[in-house]
Amino acid sequence: MKKDIMICGVGGQGTVLASKIIAASAMDEGSAVHSAETIGMAQRGGSVTSHVRIGEGAYSPLIPVGGADLLIAFEPSEAVRNLRYLKKDGFVIVNRVPVKPTTLGSSEGYDGKEEIAFLQSKCDCLVVDSDALCAPFGSSKFFNVAVIGAAAGTGKLGIGADTIRNTIVRIVPERFQEKNLAAFDAGSKIGVNQYANQ
Amino acid sequence: MSKQYVMGNGAIALGALKAGVNLVAGYPGTPSSEIIETVAKYPHEGTYVEWSVNEKAAMEVAAAAAYCGARAMVTMKQVGLNVASDPLMSLAYVGVKGGMVVVSADDPGPISSQTEQDTRRFAEFARIPVFDPSSPEEAFDMVQEAFVCSEKYKTPVILRPTTRVDHAYASIDAPDTFKAKEYEGFVKDSKKWVIFPRLSYLNHAMIEKRNVEIGEEFSSCRFNTVSGDSNKAVIATGVSYAYAAEYLKDHPEIRLIKVGTPHPLPERFLLKALEGVSEALCFEELSPYIEESLLKLIGKHHLELDVRGKLTGDVPPSGENDADSARRIISRFLGMEFDETGADHAGAPQPPMRPPVLCAGCPHRASFYAVKRAMKGKKAVFCGDIGCYTLGNAMPLDMVDTCLCMGAGVTMAQGFDHMDPDAVSFAFVGDSTFFASGITGVVNAVYNAADMILCVLDNSTTAMTGHQPHPGTGRNLMATPVEKVSIEKILLAVGVEKVVTVDPLDLDAAIAAVKECAALKGVKAIIFKSPCVAITKPDKKLRVDSETCIGCLRCIKEIGCPALSVTDGKAVIDENLCTGCGLCAKLCPVNAIGGAEG
Ligand SMILES: Cc1ncc(C[n+]2csc(CCOP(=O)(O)OP(=O)(O)O)c2C)c(N)n1
Repeated sequence: MKKDIMICGVGGQGTVLASKIIAASAMDEGSAVHSAETIGMAQRGGSVTSHVRIGEGAYSPLIPVGGADLLIAFEPSEAVRNLRYLKKDGFVIVNRVPVKPTTLGSSEGYDGKEEIAFLQSKCDCLVVDSDALCAPFGSSKFFNVAVIGAAAGTGKLGIGADTIRNTIVRIVPERFQEKNLAAFDAGSKIGVNQYANQ
Repeated sequence: MSKQYVMGNGAIALGALKAGVNLVAGYPGTPSSEIIETVAKYPHEGTYVEWSVNEKAAMEVAAAAAYCGARAMVTMKQVGLNVASDPLMSLAYVGVKGGMVVVSADDPGPISSQTEQDTRRFAEFARIPVFDPSSPEEAFDMVQEAFVCSEKYKTPVILRPTTRVDHAYASIDAPDTFKAKEYEGFVKDSKKWVIFPRLSYLNHAMIEKRNVEIGEEFSSCRFNTVSGDSNKAVIATGVSYAYAAEYLKDHPEIRLIKVGTPHPLPERFLLKALEGVSEALCFEELSPYIEESLLKLIGKHHLELDVRGKLTGDVPPSGENDADSARRIISRFLGMEFDETGADHAGAPQPPMRPPVLCAGCPHRASFYAVKRAMKGKKAVFCGDIGCYTLGNAMPLDMVDTCLCMGAGVTMAQGFDHMDPDAVSFAFVGDSTFFASGITGVVNAVYNAADMILCVLDNSTTAMTGHQPHPGTGRNLMATPVEKVSIEKILLAVGVEKVVTVDPLDLDAAIAAVKECAALKGVKAIIFKSPCVAITKPDKKLRVDSETCIGCLRCIKEIGCPALSVTDGKAVIDENLCTGCGLCAKLCPVNAIGGAEG
């Protein structure tokens, strides 16, 4: 399998763990993996991306513009910001819930609706709602695992759900495992449904 | 042996451990910090590892180890090498016995740094070898090779990774446990280890001669490669090589040259690699180092070769390269077309700007706010420094007037006082920065009878670089319990007569402390003590009662906490972000902010 997956969001949303889980799972299935993270200043509320490159032929850690098979966006405007990385027939999974910029000013009134509509008009996408998805778990911190579930459910991730569940058990601290597995399954259900509808 | 999926920094750590490194020291700095953290994390026998108080200390601790014949590694970000340059320049003359590798991580962009300096220049300036990895895998091999080179030529050797190599993950085959090398110990020989003008004169000549030999050896080094045979060549270095190689993977005929050992220049390798080439594009980041080296080579050997790169405007002078710029720049140079493979994104709405901000509940916000309130309407200069608290410059706080380099805030506040005695001079310094390079500045201010207020923002960690311990935390990397070094006692000891410690989240007390200090002459210090929110559990979260909220938005306009936003004209708190610090509640005029139920 050869797949370039880009994960994007706002610093603090948990994109790094998501990319770690995907990378570790792909390796468990025998693929070569390279990945890259945004670390440093931007982690304090700036735009962050993770690049996960599965399969041989990835010379560099960064996905070229127009090269991503799958874009997983934790935030609507971040999906739009990074859309240029998506392939022509690539797939987008995007969270509908916006993260509003801190300072008042030009972006006042930003609610993510225009961005979601734009994405839907331009590409094949699955829109998820982190608030609804994570409500049973008491914190949107579980969205990173839930959204991997959604990606796996659609079949666009190309990694088996069992492999990912095993990875979660391996790398998530024990006291958070149960909720993370449940979040993964909840996401997965949404992904499977979307797939069935197509 | 097992496969480890690690960051480039982890690969460097594993490579050093595999080389039997005896001592590793460093000071945190993005993108280098995870090297030391990885060394400390893996099971290792006999390897001493420390976070030093700053890079100069780390370099000197490591130099002693290398004098003993032990293998030593020092790690830092590129600006750290400026701090450590005094010992490094002299060490380059004296030389070493055990292998010594100086890892200085460059940061093209810059992504998290003050400068876009190029450590290859430093290597050339210090007349020592430098290795430039293009991937984590190569960094793993290079660090081991660097130890060998260092021991063979008895010189410190630099490994210069860049952010995209440091923070890229790859699988590395590494042993499961590591054992440090045996070493002889220090053998006294003052003719060798005591630097004097005569020694430097002799060694300078030796170094220049030796560098020619190293350049010759590097000419057969596996890190310098060439593929293809076209008469237009692309020469790439570091991660730029990876971008170029990926773009050219379907064009094996294009001559692609990688220079992994930029100094001393592998001349013979380059002359051979460039045979039959009429035009070469240097695709590198930061400075046109290889480009200029090539121009010298052309002059020296009277070559007919057109060199393109940063100096000719073909490659941008600043910022990082990436896969996209590789495609654009190389295709233009080669006169090739490329297909647009990307999704249509025309007409996309403009995404909001997201400058980095102080976290919700960050105690620095409260410290800045207290000073701002206390000094309202008074003339004051606010000298900032390096750390999370640099972000206090953002609106609406707007409390950082200057930021130069680590420790500069203290000394600059003193300078401003001498130039404008009517304004109250403030210096804001983080706890880690205070230990790294703030103390000398305080001594200088006391000695020179300055009037200023030092604000130590003590959050009990080195937050910006990933929460490393420092002398004030009572922890070190060898897990030995140590006494906390007291900032207060240091300040009193160097002659600061007024030292107040206050919790910045106790807003009234904090404002009163600032006002009290502002009324006094001399050097005064306020230690704002409250732990970083990333290393503590949040208190009970707050919420805004929308019935009571009058929509004045004072909370948002005054403190700019990322947990606060406006919905339908009223303030709302994002409970996922709120830590319950309570600062916003203290300035709400109608008491609309209180504890959330549940
Ligand atoms: C010479 C030098 N070394 C290292 C760094 C990297 N660096 C940036 S901020 C920082 C320390 C910040 O810690 P502290 O002063 O405690 O402030 P905090 O981030 O905790 O608020 C360091 C080491 C640097 N910029 N310059």
